[in-house]
Amino acid sequence: MKVKVLSRNPDDYVRETKQDLQRVPRNYDPALHPFEAPREYVRALNATKLDRVFAKPFIASLDGHRDGVNCMAKHPQSLSTVLSGACDGEVRLWNLMKRECIRTLQAHEGFVRGMCTRFCGTSFFTVGDDKTVKHWKMEGPAYGEQEEPIHTILGKTVYTGIDHHLREPVFATCGHQVDIWNEQRTSPLCSLTWGVDSISSVKFNPIEMYLLGSCASDRNIVLYDMRQSTALKKVILDMRTNTLCWNPMEAFIFTAANEDYNLYTFDMRFLDKPLMVHMDHVSAVLDVDYSPTGKEFVSASFDKSIRIFPVDKGHSREVYHTKRMQHVITVKWTSDNKYILCGSDEMNIRLWKANASEKLGVLNPREKAAMQYNQKLKEKFQHHPQIKRIARHRHLPKIIYSQAKELRIMREARRRKELNRRKHSKPGSVPLMSEKKKHIVAVLK
Amino acid sequence: MAAEKEAVKNEPALSDPEEEEEEDDEVAAKKHQQLVETLSTLAGGKRPRAAERTEASRYISEYDVGGGGANEKVLLSELLKPVSTSSALGSIRKQLSKVRQTKAVQLPLSKEENERVVREAAYTQTSQALAKWDPIVRQNRNAEQLVFPLQQDCVTVAPIEEVISNWKPRTPLEEEIFNLLHKTQQPVKDPLLTPHEKASLKAMSLEEAQLRRMELQRARALQSYYEAKARRERKIKSKKFHKLLRKGKSSKVLQEFEMLRKCNPEAALEQLEKMERARIEERMSLKHQNKGRWAKSTVIMAKYDLEARQAMQEQLARNKELTQKAQPTSDSEEDGKDLEADGGLVPDVINEGHVGVDPDNPWMLGKASAESKEEPRVPEDSVGDGMEEEEPTMSNEEALLQDFAERRQGLRCLQVTSEAQGLDGEEAALMLPDVLPPAPPSPGPEEPLLREKLERLRTLEDMEALEPEEVVQREQSVQSEGAEPLQPVQAELLSQADGGRTAAAKKTGKRQSLIDLKAVLADTSTSMQCPLVPRVVQDELESTTDQRQVIREAFASDNVVADFVKEKRRAEQDGKPKAVDLVLPGWGEWGGTGLQPSTKKRRRFLIKPAPGPPRKDQHLPHVIISEQRNISAAAHQVNQLPFPFESSQQFERSIQAPVGSTWNTQRAFQRLTAPQVITLPGHIIQPISAEDANLIRQTDQEKAAGQKPALDLISLSKCHDRRRASKKKSWKR
Repeated sequence: MKVKVLSRNPDDYVRETKQDLQRVPRNYDPALHPFEAPREYVRALNATKLDRVFAKPFIASLDGHRDGVNCMAKHPQSLSTVLSGACDGEVRLWNLMKRECIRTLQAHEGFVRGMCTRFCGTSFFTVGDDKTVKHWKMEGPAYGEQEEPIHTILGKTVYTGIDHHLREPVFATCGHQVDIWNEQRTSPLCSLTWGVDSISSVKFNPIEMYLLGSCASDRNIVLYDMRQSTALKKVILDMRTNTLCWNPMEAFIFTAANEDYNLYTFDMRFLDKPLMVHMDHVSAVLDVDYSPTGKEFVSASFDKSIRIFPVDKGHSREVYHTKRMQHVITVKWTSDNKYILCGSDEMNIRLWKANASEKLGVLNPREKAAMQYNQKLKEKFQHHPQIKRIARHRHLPKIIYSQAKELRIMREARRRKELNRRKHSKPGSVPLMSEKKKHIVAVLK
Repeated sequence: MAAEKEAVKNEPALSDPEEEEEEDDEVAAKKHQQLVETLSTLAGGKRPRAAERTEASRYISEYDVGGGGANEKVLLSELLKPVSTSSALGSIRKQLSKVRQTKAVQLPLSKEENERVVREAAYTQTSQALAKWDPIVRQNRNAEQLVFPLQQDCVTVAPIEEVISNWKPRTPLEEEIFNLLHKTQQPVKDPLLTPHEKASLKAMSLEEAQLRRMELQRARALQSYYEAKARRERKIKSKKFHKLLRKGKSSKVLQEFEMLRKCNPEAALEQLEKMERARIEERMSLKHQNKGRWAKSTVIMAKYDLEARQAMQEQLARNKELTQKAQPTSDSEEDGKDLEADGGLVPDVINEGHVGVDPDNPWMLGKASAESKEEPRVPEDSVGDGMEEEEPTMSNEEALLQDFAERRQGLRCLQVTSEAQGLDGEEAALMLPDVLPPAPPSPGPEEPLLREKLERLRTLEDMEALEPEEVVQREQSVQSEGAEPLQPVQAELLSQADGGRTAAAKKTGKRQSLIDLKAVLADTSTSMQCPLVPRVVQDELESTTDQRQVIREAFASDNVVADFVKEKRRAEQDGKPKAVDLVLPGWGEWGGTGLQPSTKKRRRFLIKPAPGPPRKDQHLPHVIISEQRNISAAAHQVNQLPFPFESSQQFERSIQAPVGSTWNTQRAFQRLTAPQVITLPGHIIQPISAEDANLIRQTDQEKAAGQKPALDLISLSKCHDRRRASKKKSWKR
């Protein structure tokens, strides 16, 4: 005999925990839930407002240096460790979790010009104004031991920058020329020169590790190939490039921080025109670092602010500043894509959130879903004027604000003048110059 | 060779005259010749003899080439002619030919240029090498979702046997547990059967098991038969049957009791006690206290139904019977008390009709008196008559209903066609159903249907003819149609029909329209007179009417429809283009106080504008369409088409598709709101490497292979699982 009963699947109505919301079967008939777009718009507006309300990016300030912070380095294995070198030759290791200095050493006389960690995370290198390259252990000396470097290389000229290969015991320094060193030797494996000038920064390509990029004070950016020990190409810009940084996810993309307040993203195969000119700073850009996802980068500027740019956008999505932060000399994006560190003139290292309104700590699944939904809504309605206005609104220090305004006026005036010149001269004699091409002086082979 | 021979032949001819002329030289020449000869013999090879001059010439060539003078050129081929013949000069010949082929070596390049060449070559080479990253970069840029770090440490699941075999107990507790497990020989591998289980499996043979199974089956079948029978019996609705059954049982018990009394008095006593006990229990159970659902329903039914009343009386009698034992002595004295006591038990409704009639409640005596039956007869009969009258009408109703159903179908078809023709009216009707005025009840067989399908059956003409005065008129006409003096209930019903909001009201309205209105109203009036109508119900009716009245009074001034019509009229007036009055008083004629510009001037300078285009809502009586820009809303609207979109339709579509969980299922919601970049907290993201690139490609291929929809979520959940599994934290504390 067959017995017919009503049966329901307990999965449909039983909660996992007491704290869960009651499961309510829902009818998704669109006729029952009208006004989708207006309702979502209101939600998006609220999300945007809340996003601004909760935007508190500043986390901590690490103080302890007795002079301006000149360079920083990330630990390759530990997210909580960061190294910094100051203008008085002092190097400090910091624990970000505890927000305290865990080690201090007097590395050089004069500036610490550059520093980098070895890929294994057991040691690091510093270069200083005293014409030396020093190799240090990451761990401090045992009790009673002297604080001494593992190796010291005495050079003939001042080294201004250093970078380590990601896989091999090879590092590169720059000064009068780019030197490639083996860790075991006291003389460089090879020296790469192209013209005579002081080179301010050298960086290994993190993906194709035989490639190097450097920028010199005669306004050029030079690319090198370590395997063939030869330079590849040189591009000369309007003004001096301070540093460059390679995209960690795209082998041929790098961004250069320039003195003319702009950043230029290049494809190294097509150097005659940058892919993107990023402008928003109102003073020289001193440092740039890519996010580990390769989607964004952060730049430090002499205008006492740091900005976050999307790689494919010409303007920044975020600007961070505080009253006490002076000229920002160095900036780093942490390897977990969550935080930004910046070292500035006034001896502090500051820790920021990469996403200003992000909630730190573990999120509930519901919280996470809500966050993602809000994110999606903001994205969906980003073109609506109110939402755009609220999302874009940032408070700026008066100096930056007025200077930005001034720059805007100047740019407009220049544009207008060019327009007038074109109008009043023979057609074709004043060619239209794109903003991207305008800043490239020459590309040398 | 021929030239050599010639040279040899020429020799004597040349030497003769020389010998004659230069005798001094002869000796030296001979000596020289001798030397040459000896040398040649030493070398052992033939040596070409020096050619001697056979003809007079200023320039004597060493070789036998005719020197034509200073102007003549000596060709290399001519020079080589003799060489080609001699095999000894082969190497020289080769060198010569080489010299002829290769050009001169150029100057070496300068260092700068050299470097430049090297650089160019290296640059093109690296550029080409970097091109391999192009597809990966493109893919990452276009990816809907990227999970970082790209290479996640996979958690492999080791089989439990391996884990167990590797594991050894260390602590005493662990050892104890291990010993226990080994003692009972608890298996750790599949199949998980203890030795006991295995033994029991072995113990029973196949036949035995089958037999046992058959027995069990039979038993189960029998049980189910009995159950089915019992259920069938229980389901029988006939009360008679059950009564008989019960009576049969009780009579059986009585018979048994009689039998026992004769043969076994002790047992009979016991039986008696049992019966007594049963009686007490029944009394205690409050079964006949008239408080159950049945009792209540029968109380309500009692006024209509004779049977119900009888049943009720029986019930009361039984109650009396049961309660009598408790007070065996009191008969007349405590009647009043009983009355009072029973007042709580028996609903007043039953008694009320009789309380006024006679103070001695015949029901309380336990017998239904003839008088009591007779007395309420009169109203009851009337009720019964009413019922009887209604019954044929009801049957008529059914016929009518069928008729109407058929018509309705026909109408529906019509509606479909009308919908296809003019959607506007339909939409309009759907848009503001609340604002619609109530349909005035009008005569004719079709009317009730129209009211039933208020929104659909309404035509545009009706809407246009909608004016508040007319509504009033219609109401009046309806009232006049009612003709006979309306009782309050009727008015109530009408008002309900007018409201047309609540379902109940609708039902009554419908019913009423189907049944002959007057007859029903008459019936209700008669039933009102019946003293047996429960007062509670009456009160309820009154209270509802009161409510309605109150609400109506409260909102007496509100006439939504009229307000709307006014508003619309105002909007129409505002929308019309206005005439421009350019009349200047006193221009071209006398002006001053009390003087008006002449009509001629006024007509001339009053510029009448062309009537604007017809309003879009002119055929939609309950809609106001305003085409003016709403400034407060404009602040929130997008003015320009944003960049990635190519048409406004595209953009609108992107906005209109909702992503929230209010409109989407959970799964769709998750998929729609999946973030573009997922990073795991506390994980270091390394730069992309060749292995990662391979990984990406593989996933891409998988995607292309087909598990497209679920993949994102899977990967998402996967990474979560991974994170949970490997609690590796890079934050060193």
